[in-house]
Amino acid sequence: MSKLVSSLREAVALAGLRDGMTVSFHHHLRNGDYVLNMVMEEIARLGVKDLTVNASSLFDTHAPLADHIRNGVVTAIQTDYMAAGLGKEISRGLMAKPVQFRTHGGRPSAIADGTTPIDVAFIAAPSADPMGNCTGKFGKSACGSLGYAFPDAMYAKKVIVITDNLVPYPLQDWSIPEIYVDCVVQVEAIGDPKGIVSGTTRITRDPVGLVMASYAAKVIEHSGLLQDGFSFQTGAGGASLAAAGFLKDIMLAKNIQGSFGLGGITGYMVDMLQAGCFQSLLDVQCFDLKAVESIRTDPRHQEISALHYASPSMRSAVVDSLDVVILGATEIDTDFNVNVHTDSNGYIMGGSGGHSDTAAGAKLAMIIAPMSRARLPIVTDHVTCVSTPGKDIDVLVTQGGIAVNPKNAGLAARLKDAGLPVIGIHDLKAKAEAMTGAPKPLRKGDRVVAEVVSRDGGILDQIYSVPEGQ
Amino acid sequence: MTKIIRSASAGTLESNDVFVEIEPWDQGLRLTLESVVKQQFGDAIERSVRETLAQCGVEQAKLNVVDQGALDCVLRARVETAVARGREGQA
Amino acid sequence: MRRSMLFLPGNTPRMLINGAFLGADAIIFDLEDAVAPAEKDAARILVRNTMRYMDLGGCEVIVRINSIDTAFWKADLEQILPEKPNLILLPKTGSAADVREADACITELEDRLGLARNTVRLMPLIETALGVENAYAIASACSRVAALFLGAEDLTADLRCQRTKAGREIEYARTRLVTAARAAGVDVYDTPFTDVNDDEGIEADAALAKALGFTGKASISPRHVEAINRVFSPTQKEIDYAYEVMEAIRVAKEQGKGAIALYGKMIDAPIVARAEQTIAAAKEMGLGREEQV
Repeated sequence: MSKLVSSLREAVALAGLRDGMTVSFHHHLRNGDYVLNMVMEEIARLGVKDLTVNASSLFDTHAPLADHIRNGVVTAIQTDYMAAGLGKEISRGLMAKPVQFRTHGGRPSAIADGTTPIDVAFIAAPSADPMGNCTGKFGKSACGSLGYAFPDAMYAKKVIVITDNLVPYPLQDWSIPEIYVDCVVQVEAIGDPKGIVSGTTRITRDPVGLVMASYAAKVIEHSGLLQDGFSFQTGAGGASLAAAGFLKDIMLAKNIQGSFGLGGITGYMVDMLQAGCFQSLLDVQCFDLKAVESIRTDPRHQEISALHYASPSMRSAVVDSLDVVILGATEIDTDFNVNVHTDSNGYIMGGSGGHSDTAAGAKLAMIIAPMSRARLPIVTDHVTCVSTPGKDIDVLVTQGGIAVNPKNAGLAARLKDAGLPVIGIHDLKAKAEAMTGAPKPLRKGDRVVAEVVSRDGGILDQIYSVPEGQ
Repeated sequence: MTKIIRSASAGTLESNDVFVEIEPWDQGLRLTLESVVKQQFGDAIERSVRETLAQCGVEQAKLNVVDQGALDCVLRARVETAVARGREGQA
Repeated sequence: MRRSMLFLPGNTPRMLINGAFLGADAIIFDLEDAVAPAEKDAARILVRNTMRYMDLGGCEVIVRINSIDTAFWKADLEQILPEKPNLILLPKTGSAADVREADACITELEDRLGLARNTVRLMPLIETALGVENAYAIASACSRVAALFLGAEDLTADLRCQRTKAGREIEYARTRLVTAARAAGVDVYDTPFTDVNDDEGIEADAALAKALGFTGKASISPRHVEAINRVFSPTQKEIDYAYEVMEAIRVAKEQGKGAIALYGKMIDAPIVARAEQTIAAAKEMGLGREEQV
């Protein structure tokens, strides 16, 4: 028996798509993804209109989506992250309906509880068998963990698996089992390996980034949390990775036996696992080849679904057991609210991803950022968009000082005793503005182009259009 | 008064720097400005450029400024350097 | 406190505006090797403005001007001196005559600016064989000289040998400079370590410099600054001893004794001077004496 169909066109036709339906995609192929564009092209050809696209993230490679929006094929978007190319168009008012931004934990919860039902899920799979058992761990387009695809597979009304590596039944070591899959189609290539995973992710060489990273590791060292059983997550940016490297040295020097690393997994986290800093890695997404190889070969390196990773509505999620997370920000205000959705001109160029989830769950949520970027201070009076509320953020680490959220008085005292440069958030803002000058406030457009949906399902903030000439 | 007698430039297009081009011009000061922070600092940048030109004694010149988020002291330095390179009395 | 000194390229705004945040006790604005000839004019104006307008966070400011055998050095001094750098680092200093030539120009500028003599001090950079041989004469050439600075990159080129991590080729130069500097009563700073990525190597190199008697060490990489600061900071033991020395001196004075011994060693002027320096450094670091239980 086989669920194989002969072409993507046939698969899309069999999916029974009608105007107004919702289609979904995961983003494990990142900026090397071919599948979303291929599928949307076939859908447009069929003449279907008014669709909602629910994609866990959207990258610059998905720019053709703008044309589908202009042609009325797509009239609504649900996503956790949107790169700058498409983001700019949305910010200029491309879509009538506001984009709905959720988090990596909020998206699967909304799918599971029926808030954002999916009619057809398209699951790009680096390897699959003819009955639909599939995985991301091997194949020419291997991407490692398929964490974000699980909720789509489990809850969509129809599930189509698209692979470029069809293997005989049964696939060994599947991630998503056949019980959820309606049909399977083989294509020449699901993506470009160079865009799917980095050859290697690199720590920053920038001196300022290294100073920030060094402070970050010391904050963790003196937080009181760095002891046996310690768990940790870091972002994939250069300074965040450098911080992980410094932390590893501290853990090895002090012989700290951590419990787990979480992420967003890069080769640096794999190094920490192999050096004995952690007992296991819990992986919702692989960023580089080393992580892919590790998840394939090391039983201590486990794939987890997005629900398991960060869902706020399941009985528990891994983020709830996390000790420390290192995150980025485009802006942070004096109440410690953080913006990761827009740049300082108001253009959409990101999204929460796992930001709000990990900040909410972790005992210590740290933001690592330079004091200013291209003359713009990182600390503002009010962020352009609230992505993660200040109550979930504990500390901001910059090269010019470390600001601790007043709600965490104990931490401020510890860090001061350790000789770290603790500074009040208002003083840090003043320090940055003394260098840059005070920026004139942004003009806001008059249309709401996106909504930021918080983990509990409410609207956390609205993102406005950017007026012409800005 | 300082006369600009040749085209000259200073600075780079790198982050935190500003590229300043100056040319001879006989109808007062003409400024064009591009900046990654035009909304937030466009006025401040123009003010600093004009002040620096005044301090250098330049009343006639055409300037093109391409800013990558340079701090004010860097902007002033690059304008001053462009003037020094474009003025008469230099090697 | 001058444990570490960090070179910053004089024509790179991003580095200049962040220099004070990189953890070094002193920053060296480099108008020489880091700047192409066509950009020397731009660099000196940029460095001047950085000094004039930026808050450098308590870092000491050193400017490496171009050497006196170039066309640039006098213009460098004319632009920079009004901003009162703490030290001028003078490359390729080969003899006392070189020092005196630079001193004369700086003196004239100080007079013109109404500054007290020796407001701006001089730090000859010894990076030639001749400079090494003339180290004592250079160090004692005039009262403006505050310290000697070893530059091994150019020196090893002059010596016609390879620059290595182990540094055997500069053993003589290092010990000669330390001796000459101390004989002249000035400080002495060690050359930067060669490998940016070698975190263990910098520890060893800095430890060697300290063991040889250097006051501190220069770096071209911010990554090395932390190790250098750590190695050249007084240890708690050294701090406690320093307080004991001062206490012993005080007791001796009270008792009307001319000389006093501590742990079997006579405490003479150099020991007292070092104790005072140690206590000053400790205070800067926020450290005090550890209570004896």
